[in-house]
Amino acid sequence: MLIVGELINASRPSVRDLIERRDAAAVAALARDQREHGADYIDVNAGVFVGQEPDLLKWLVATVQEALAAPCCIDSPDPMAIAAALGVHRGTALINSISLEKERWEALLPLVAESRSKVVALCMSDAGMPETADQRLAIADQLVNGLVQKGVAIGDIYVDPLVQPVATNNTFGVEFLQAIERITRSFPGVHTMCGLSNISFGLPERRFLNQTFMVMAVARGLDGAIVNPLDKRMMACITTAETLMGRDPFCMNYLKAFRAGKLAAP
Amino acid sequence: MSDHLDRIKAAVIGGRHGEIKALVQQALEAGADPSTLINDALIAAMDVVGTDFGAGRIFVPEMLVSAVTMKAGLDVVKPRLAAGESRSRGTVVMATVKGDLHDIGKNLVSMMLEGAGFKVMDLGVDLSVEKLVDQVRTIQPDILGLSALLTTTMPEMQKVIGELQRQGLRDRVKVLVGGAPVDPGFAEKIGADGYGANAAEAVALARRIVDAKG
Repeated sequence: MLIVGELINASRPSVRDLIERRDAAAVAALARDQREHGADYIDVNAGVFVGQEPDLLKWLVATVQEALAAPCCIDSPDPMAIAAALGVHRGTALINSISLEKERWEALLPLVAESRSKVVALCMSDAGMPETADQRLAIADQLVNGLVQKGVAIGDIYVDPLVQPVATNNTFGVEFLQAIERITRSFPGVHTMCGLSNISFGLPERRFLNQTFMVMAVARGLDGAIVNPLDKRMMACITTAETLMGRDPFCMNYLKAFRAGKLAAP
Repeated sequence: MSDHLDRIKAAVIGGRHGEIKALVQQALEAGADPSTLINDALIAAMDVVGTDFGAGRIFVPEMLVSAVTMKAGLDVVKPRLAAGESRSRGTVVMATVKGDLHDIGKNLVSMMLEGAGFKVMDLGVDLSVEKLVDQVRTIQPDILGLSALLTTTMPEMQKVIGELQRQGLRDRVKVLVGGAPVDPGFAEKIGADGYGANAAEAVALARRIVDAKG
């Protein structure tokens, strides 16, 4: 399971302040903390700074990578900001995200292909947000084929089927889960990834929905997640679900987590 | 008669959509005045729902099922209104701005505004500045509600306000904005008339605006 640590996101007020003050030490600490708790990639997002996003995203990447040898997940819908951040990134970045929306697709495709980055492919098109598994499959098909034709390796593609809140339509959970399974089956070698907290929008005690949904998604094949690695219960759920799905030979990861105290009741 | 109205009100608040049509029918047969039924039972119930939602006592699905119930009741009453009696509280044009396809928040706001007695024209998502300004000129709404869920599409709101200004329409319509990345500071900066953090706030704001107009 590829874990992307989501905490360095300027839409969180505390992080927005850090970025405004250019507090490199605090940003580095936040990156290090996530890394130590299991993040493979450190997400960086400066989207709230309209007009300054390219510069700030660049600064975030440089600051994170000065502190630790971890790759970044460059989180922006803006091709200019992504290009700026890629310019200073070392190692293989994860671009988050390309979609089938025409402008975004055309601007980002050459960047993804040339930089040899990994990429999150978001199931969204100019026709709107997909609601059913069929609609997601149709978009995923065009995304995956379009990327592969440009020379992107299938194993570098993380399809995000796009989570929608179950509070607004009770089929949104199950349609997403079916999409995960069908995408995994239809495009051998492709990965799936999502930030899934949107599932619980509009409902109380969101952590129960988020954790349970994560376990259900892992059971259907999800192998990438944008989460808060400091959320001990969530991380324990992911580890355990992977073990139960037969993706943990000799239960070694489960036991490792146990010995590290990661499974102790939080 | 107030018995009938109370039962209708309770059914809308409780989201009992299976019962509502029969309850409204019974009230009408017992001689309830259609517009009193709408204002004192259906809309009054949605006021309670909006307040409860704003206070965190109920959640999105409960608000939705109440709105569905209210609408089902309204469908039964509407044909009974005398001509000219169906005047709404005011007209609101709703849209998500250009480049943005998110519609869940906008739909919730539209639904609650309808529940509060407004006439809502929902134009959908990905609306260009030109199209929005055209629609404002044609429909002449009291309020234009704009939604954006992306930091990259927020600036579109400012463009819409600028274009309304340029075409001399700005003082004819109040512009309300909302969406996850939008905050009161941004609303003020771009010269919007108000910001709502959720559907309940949006309704309260819309009411204050039409009430002030008189």
